[in-house]
Amino acid sequence: MLVHLPVLQVIVPLMAAPLCLILNRSKVVWMFALLSSAIAFFISILLLQQVMTSGTIVYELGGWEAPWGIEYRIDKLNAFLLLIISAISTVVLIAAQTSIEKEIPKDKHALFYILYLLSLTGMLGIVSTGDAFNVFVFLEISSLSAYSLIAMSRERRALWASYQYLIMGTIGATFILIGIGLMYQMTGTLNMEDLSDRLPEVTQTRTVFAAYTFIIVGVCLKLALFPLHLWLPNAYAYAPSIVTAFLAATATKVAVYLLIRFTFSVFGFSFSFTALPLQILFMLLGLLGIFVASTAAIYQTNVKHIFAYSSVAQIGYMIVGFAVSTVTGLTATLLHLFNHALMKGALFLALGAVMYRIGGVQISQFQGLGRQMPLTMAAVVVGGLSLIGVPLTVGFVSKWYLLMALVESDLWPIGILVLVGSLLAVVYVWRIVEIAYFRPALAGEPVKEAPLSFLVPIWLLVLANIYFGIDTRLSVSVAEAAAQSLFQVSALGVSQ
Amino acid sequence: MLMGLYNYWVVVVLMMIGFYIVIAHGNLIKKIVGLTIFQTSVFIFYISMSKVDGGTAPILVDGVEVYSNPLPHVLILTAIVVGIATTALALALTVRIKEAYGSIEESDIQNQDNLIQDAHSQDALSKASSTDGSASQDDSSQVKHSGEN
Repeated sequence: MLVHLPVLQVIVPLMAAPLCLILNRSKVVWMFALLSSAIAFFISILLLQQVMTSGTIVYELGGWEAPWGIEYRIDKLNAFLLLIISAISTVVLIAAQTSIEKEIPKDKHALFYILYLLSLTGMLGIVSTGDAFNVFVFLEISSLSAYSLIAMSRERRALWASYQYLIMGTIGATFILIGIGLMYQMTGTLNMEDLSDRLPEVTQTRTVFAAYTFIIVGVCLKLALFPLHLWLPNAYAYAPSIVTAFLAATATKVAVYLLIRFTFSVFGFSFSFTALPLQILFMLLGLLGIFVASTAAIYQTNVKHIFAYSSVAQIGYMIVGFAVSTVTGLTATLLHLFNHALMKGALFLALGAVMYRIGGVQISQFQGLGRQMPLTMAAVVVGGLSLIGVPLTVGFVSKWYLLMALVESDLWPIGILVLVGSLLAVVYVWRIVEIAYFRPALAGEPVKEAPLSFLVPIWLLVLANIYFGIDTRLSVSVAEAAAQSLFQVSALGVSQ
Repeated sequence: MLMGLYNYWVVVVLMMIGFYIVIAHGNLIKKIVGLTIFQTSVFIFYISMSKVDGGTAPILVDGVEVYSNPLPHVLILTAIVVGIATTALALALTVRIKEAYGSIEESDIQNQDNLIQDAHSQDALSKASSTDGSASQDDSSQVKHSGEN
């Protein structure tokens, strides 16, 4: 059984999805989906333990040997990502049933859970597979179900947002497909391990450059890097609250994972960073993303929009860490992946609770909520502080590592820019806090605190925000080990 | 050069035609058509790449030594299925957009959204001022926000 864990990780939610159709009763389906997501979470913990103690796990699907068959390859980086995705998915699912009662028509509840599980399958699959074409297939599984999840909202603008996301997402995925094709043309293999062996022989050809460029642009569309982020704000703002919480905490992280995987493991560090002006390009786009998106966030009137733009800005921080291209920089990126998932999961779930109680998340509707929904608003405050990067929250840890990486590489002017960017987060978080705490409540029915099914997952994530801000042993050690092993693999690729 | 890479020229031309349609056209159905052409060009690319000169279909027969590579064909079967799913989902979304907005022109939809958004902030504004008499200063700040939006 233990041998099959890597594949079970993906198979469990995949098989659970169609079974939901048979159950078909909203509550039962919810329990079932929650159970299968929890199993996936449990498996990911076992996998991480196994990887940390005994190294990379290789699983051959159907017993076919690697270059011919598809293999799942779980190293420290994958195991870390699998843990983030399945943990967030499970916690978010706790609140799902309560939330969708008000946001999705009853006859579509079973379908909602099916799509949710499929989206989860896709993301887990992208992360665990060691085969380049398999990445494309899982990418489309997770994306197609994400488009439909967004379109499930009662808000009609969700349809338009979903359509735009579909067009841009498909272009991105097709770009990745072109890149994979070009790589196959040059090397005759699709296995990532094999690719990293064979690509160095042909790195000087224009085809490999084209392949890398197509893949990077495609992945950057998916991860909403600054000029390619246009699909994200509306898709997050109008999707059902649960979907926003789930996607905001996981989907872009998976794309960042792909960027790291292709750059470091497949093409190798020396090719990616010396042959192309990648460092300058990503540094510039990351910083622009931080400033433009944070400024845009300040001027939004819909609170979901505020945090959606803030997501684009946070991706900027990850990309800056990536562009530093040292072990510390990559550690900062991986830490921020983990931390941002915790923050945005908590924040968007809290917004879901507000949506549940007052039916909207316009900033004017937040008046007086500080007193009426104290626990929910406290969660927003802690999440906001974490976004800013206040000490004792996780946000501080990742920003600290990012600054260290920048200073180590003598890039301290960029460090200052990063700090200034964080101040912009103070502004948009303060706007919400001010309205929620210092304005009298709107007249009418007093608003009640969110139900327990919301408060439990929200506070689980908030406490995780604080816990991992103080006790950084787990997150930092795993992120550091993953970053180090990536650099080692890259270095090996060069010597061969 | 030109004839030797004939297939690839077709791929690039088709790819650009499709991509251009997606970007330039405001009609949602035309965008989907463009997207499909774009994806199809990639299918042709994979299929051309696997052809080996003088090779036959990969079936073991006596006297044949050279076979074409079957793997990209199989990959593209998968990609075609994905493409169909994408097109179907996009068309379904278009149907629902038509029901909700009464139009499938990008500009119409965006106009309607902007109108609604303005109305929303107006609505929230009047609600706030009617319920809270002393909130004149709130009002002015909200007017500012909706203006900037």
